[in-house]
Amino acid sequence: MIPNAFDVGQARRRCLDWRRRILEVSQQVTALHVAPAFSCIEMVDAIYFGLMRKDAAGALRDGFVMSKGHGVMAQYVVLEALGILERQDLDEYCTAKGRLGAHPDYGNPGIEASTGSLGHGLGLACGMAYADRIQGTDRMTYCILGDGEMQEGSIWEAIMMAPNLGLSNLVAFVDFNDFQGLGRTRETHPHFYPVAEKVESFGWEAIDLDGHDSAGVVDAVRNRKGGRPLMVVGRTVKGKGVSYMENVAIWHYRSPNKDEYVQALAELAAAAAEIPA
Amino acid sequence: MRNTFADTFYEAGKHDRRLAVVVADISPAGSIAKFREDFPDRFINTGVAEQVMIGLAAGMAQRGMRPFAYTIATFTLFRPYEMIRDDLCYQNLPVTVVGIGGGVTYSTLGATHHAQEDIALACGLPNMAVIAPCDPLEAKAATLWCTTQTRGPVYLRLAKAGEPVLTETAAEPWEFGKLRTLQRGRDVAIIAYGPIMKMAMEVARNLEASGKSVSVFSCHTVKPLDRPGIEAALRDHAQVVVIEETAPNGALGMQVKAIAWEIRAGCRLDTFALDDAFHHVYGSHDELLAVHGLSASAILAGIA
Repeated sequence: MIPNAFDVGQARRRCLDWRRRILEVSQQVTALHVAPAFSCIEMVDAIYFGLMRKDAAGALRDGFVMSKGHGVMAQYVVLEALGILERQDLDEYCTAKGRLGAHPDYGNPGIEASTGSLGHGLGLACGMAYADRIQGTDRMTYCILGDGEMQEGSIWEAIMMAPNLGLSNLVAFVDFNDFQGLGRTRETHPHFYPVAEKVESFGWEAIDLDGHDSAGVVDAVRNRKGGRPLMVVGRTVKGKGVSYMENVAIWHYRSPNKDEYVQALAELAAAAAEIPA
Repeated sequence: MRNTFADTFYEAGKHDRRLAVVVADISPAGSIAKFREDFPDRFINTGVAEQVMIGLAAGMAQRGMRPFAYTIATFTLFRPYEMIRDDLCYQNLPVTVVGIGGGVTYSTLGATHHAQEDIALACGLPNMAVIAPCDPLEAKAATLWCTTQTRGPVYLRLAKAGEPVLTETAAEPWEFGKLRTLQRGRDVAIIAYGPIMKMAMEVARNLEASGKSVSVFSCHTVKPLDRPGIEAALRDHAQVVVIEETAPNGALGMQVKAIAWEIRAGCRLDTFALDDAFHHVYGSHDELLAVHGLSASAILAGIA
């Protein structure tokens, strides 16, 4: 049974909207993590609109942990659209009167874990999924990791434990944008690859796919073999969707200036015009 | 103390399905083995992997459970310190981090197994409560409190096995966050926590033999510190002695000195702690403490 209707054209429009809204917020602050949010936007969108189930009252029944906390703008804009965060929250982003910071803060609406330090979210997600399993709830837990984050030893402790605990209710996504602080991961850590096979050898089901193909992500998760935790290795582009940001390291943490902002909006509008009605 | 913890936890866990224990490959002693057999879902062994031990406990607490993370103090606190800070303390979750062998309990195993800085490190964490019972009776009371509390994360510092009962005739019951009067005197106050209380009692007996009237306090809750209780002890006695089995920097002694300064206390105040050093000495617990300058005779000489 398909819990949510997932329309590819609508997903593309939504993801352009998420990018536009993030850029809008970027004009309120001198810096924010634009590119790390842009690379995982389709996966975040796929999770919230294609995978997570709602109860009768409309509340989300499944869990979501943004382990790569610096990607949280992608989650904030979705939570705003879902009415879980308010517009005012985004307007007051990173201000003393507001409640949203550059990293997720547990206790804020829709935020299930305080991350930002890398290597924490998967262990937390394992604990949540395990508690759900032994308490007999059918909740799923979704977790987004960064590829650089996967160099943390704690991630591999969690990767080892998840199948040992039988966490078939856990799906992790790797935002594989191939970028980290000091360069392209493929160049700095060539033996980090292949990732899906490594995770598979730890007892997970693993799928390698295009992380910007929302429908592909949803299909892959829905059609998984099951019985084990699933890792979706989504190949992505850092800064995806704005030409001058794609694979350019400075956009990890920087706000576009006025001209750059205008150009970025124009590119998003052009992309929107190409989506079939 | 370890077995008391296990028995107490087992009894509480029988009736409360939220209680779980997450261990990192330490041999389950006493009733923890029984808990494992009776409630396999609520006994999790991560293997030699302490970071995920804390992460799992935190995630389970976020889903309404009350996990206890349990291993040797160095590995339960030092190795996954940032997980304790971010996952437990920042998120303020009711998880009890149990450290077995606090201080230099494992005296023959070398400093890799000595949690000698644990009090300062645990007390440095916002939201963290730090409890160090001095005997099996306090360990039972503290464990019971941890199974029901909702205030946030706790570092429960235990020793190992075989500690003597010291508080059977205590003047006051155990209460979280309150300096506990074990015996009430007039001249000298001795403040201690953890199994080194046995040495503190020996110091008290010696002082009494020389005609002094001695109060003995168990500062089992090192954080939040019972400041009014400490202030009263400083005001009510001409001489105050703090004895603790932990590194001196950031320990109770420094805090008591700070309070004494702030209230302009008129008493004499001496503090005794482990050295700020790794001693490459292997022997009995008492022998290692003595190398650190902690013995009843050394303390008596120091406060004479």
